Amino acid sequence: MDNIDKEIKRPLSPHLQVYRLPITALMSISNRIAGVSMIFGIFMLLWLLIGAAIGPDSYKYFMDFASSTIGKIMIFGWSVALFYHMCNGIRHLIWDTGLMFDKNIAEKSGYIVILAAIILTIVTWYCALN
Amino acid sequence: MKNESIRTSLAKGRGLGSARNGTEHWYMQRITAIANIPLSLWIVWSFLSLIGASYDEFTIWLAYPLNAILMIIFVLNVFYHAYLGIQVVIEDYVSNEILKMIKLIGVKLFFFAASVAAIFSILKIAL
Repeated sequence: MDNIDKEIKRPLSPHLQVYRLPITALMSISNRIAGVSMIFGIFMLLWLLIGAAIGPDSYKYFMDFASSTIGKIMIFGWSVALFYHMCNGIRHLIWDTGLMFDKNIAEKSGYIVILAAIILTIVTWYCALN
Repeated sequence: MKNESIRTSLAKGRGLGSARNGTEHWYMQRITAIANIPLSLWIVWSFLSLIGASYDEFTIWLAYPLNAILMIIFVLNVFYHAYLGIQVVIEDYVSNEILKMIKLIGVKLFFFAASVAAIFSILKIAL
């Protein structure tokens, strides 16, 4: 019995090439991606704090980068990742209490999270640009 | 069936070492997550008020005690939360045990150094 198990290489479940992930699974993995991608935000925060501690010149280097196109795209991406990770994190915290695990509610709360993250991002950038 | 021995699972597992730190990792991830909600809203709010700030404007803002204190708490909490999260990601996706160990140690050392650097910088500006 042991030998047979080892010889057959069975596909791992879920089989990602042929299986269309449901919204709950997509949000689970994108929550991780958002979380890990915010490491760039940590690098930028470190650059800002250390740069300002060194002096006006190095602070200006940071500000020049932050106000460049790449810098703005990074900050925008950071804000999207932050609000998504925060809203979905609240969803996870609710799950940790054992509530809202029903399949339909889990899907519905997923859409609420996406909507809330979009609204927070829009409000933030409306404030930033006005 | 595989399990032909009459020895129980507990008897086999006993003496093989602890399962490290039980629920502490999971628990601290949640504690830092909860604290991150108000802290992140504060940092977004603060950055909005600091858009285009000159060096003087930024350092005066950070030298204000409440801002300096909140920034230190923010850095500690976010870095701790990020460390816990990245640790889990490495444990989940890096299957080579040696590579995994190297990355786990590297991440731990990075976040320790980053915390010291950030807090020193905040204090240097604020004090």
